[in-house]
Amino acid sequence: MEKSAVFNGSRLLPYALLAPQLIITFVFFYWPASQAVLQSFKREDAFGLVSEFVGLENYQALFAQPEYYKAMLTTLVFSTLVAGLSLSIALLFASQADKNLKAAPVYKTFMIWPYAVAPAVAGVLWFFIFHPSLGTLARPLRGLGLDWNPLLDGNHAMALVVMSAVWKQIAYNFLFFLAGLQSIPKSVIEAGAIDGAGPMRRFWTIIFPLLSPTTFFLLVVNVVYVFFDTFGIIDAVTGGGPAGATTTMVYKVYADGRLGGDLGGSAAQSVVLMVIVIALTAVQFKYVERRVQY
Amino acid sequence: MVEHRPWNDIIAYAILTLGVFIVAFPVYVAVIASTHDAATVVGGRMPLSPGGHALENYYRAVFLGGSRTAPEPVGRLLLNSFITAMGIAVGKICISILSAYAVVYFRFPFRKTAFWIIFVTLMLPVEVRIYPTYKVVADLRMLDTYAGLILPLIASATGTLLFRQFFMTVPDELLEASRIDGAGPFRFFWDTLLPLSVTTISALFVIQFIYGWNQYLWPLLITTQDSMQTIVIGIRKMLVTTDELAEWQLAMATAVLAMLPPVAVVVFMQRLFVRGLVETEK
Repeated sequence: MEKSAVFNGSRLLPYALLAPQLIITFVFFYWPASQAVLQSFKREDAFGLVSEFVGLENYQALFAQPEYYKAMLTTLVFSTLVAGLSLSIALLFASQADKNLKAAPVYKTFMIWPYAVAPAVAGVLWFFIFHPSLGTLARPLRGLGLDWNPLLDGNHAMALVVMSAVWKQIAYNFLFFLAGLQSIPKSVIEAGAIDGAGPMRRFWTIIFPLLSPTTFFLLVVNVVYVFFDTFGIIDAVTGGGPAGATTTMVYKVYADGRLGGDLGGSAAQSVVLMVIVIALTAVQFKYVERRVQY
Repeated sequence: MVEHRPWNDIIAYAILTLGVFIVAFPVYVAVIASTHDAATVVGGRMPLSPGGHALENYYRAVFLGGSRTAPEPVGRLLLNSFITAMGIAVGKICISILSAYAVVYFRFPFRKTAFWIIFVTLMLPVEVRIYPTYKVVADLRMLDTYAGLILPLIASATGTLLFRQFFMTVPDELLEASRIDGAGPFRFFWDTLLPLSVTTISALFVIQFIYGWNQYLWPLLITTQDSMQTIVIGIRKMLVTTDELAEWQLAMATAVLAMLPPVAVVVFMQRLFVRGLVETEK
């Protein structure tokens, strides 16, 4: 789509208008991104004084590391759990809020505000509730016979991080599911009702398939969310531990570069992540519009 | 007509109430914790009703600081967060409305290229290029400055795409009419396009303000002085001491203060927020 009415006279003006954004993009985006790619082929000493070209060595070292595969697996488990849980819970709440209830707008407001809570703050809130010695809910858990300690047990730590991330993401998914549900024509649902389909049957055979573009869109957004925006949660709750049980791929980029000082290896991981994100975005653009429509 | 059964509504209310309860519970506990003294909170038997130390805790947090290792008053951190969030929101709106104006309303060589250069930045969040970006900011001597906190985060395509999308819906007749009246590019932008864009600008502002306020990784990396930290980082720093020493009641008071501004924005500007969220993402 192009405008037919445009300004033709000025030659330099459009470049001047673009300049601020292009300069900032080059300085803080393209330059660092290209440095990341370059650095992934180099090895630097601990002081950053000498660096030599080592080809694919950083990548070979990376893919020879058992920890890297562990981080991949952690990321996979983490994103599956968070995306799956937050999408299903949000869909449950949204389908209830879509019913003709008098108080529905009030419920909507109460459901969406966690979007505004910073991930790191959300993590701190959940950590406080489930803190092994002072948490409000840790005592009941222990009362049930569970030796709850997210500071020592990797599975407990993962459960805690997943809960915080899901809690934070429900708001976003709820909003989009509700918008999707409200855009489904009532006549289709009425037709189903006339044919004798009950509420459950109508949901699974009419509403859920019609909702699939929203669901797919949210799936991609949620995976990207889990990859990047949960950094704050993980850092605030577990710091990637215990024993690397909650170290996701993004967290490892941070930890290896900062704590380990392995800038080449960290850069190689950045490049791998960039490829994954670009692939995800490409999938989103290619398939969201075309495939998932009925 | 779809059948209407009363028990159906009751189930819906029950599920939604449960949902609101789950969503509100962690925040409720935080608010309660911020009203008790240290001994009650650390003891692990904190009641779920408010205590009598609210004023004391909030006073200490805001004016004296809650962390033993980095005693920076939360008032200062709130100011830093506010400046950062405003800078990111306003900066992003300014640079992206100008670039969208250029891309939509002008024809010039490399127009498509410029658009794609901006568009690609959508795909790579700051998290994947943190150390090289850190180095750039360090070389520019922008560590521990507001410019360093703000500028790298406004390099993104969302705003440009949003404004481009909106400008495409503005009728061509408006531009033709302005031109007949003798208006140049500046005049048209200022008198016609900008007033039409107010809703889009506000929606983008709401989203970007929340985004800026909630930043974590970037401020964590580039602020070394306590006085330049944002409030989200401040909470984290209060808890790095060993658990018995961490003053949880102050950390929770700080967490409540850190949530208030963005939550208020969402609740009171809900319409703009929903609009901004749906439009920037789609």
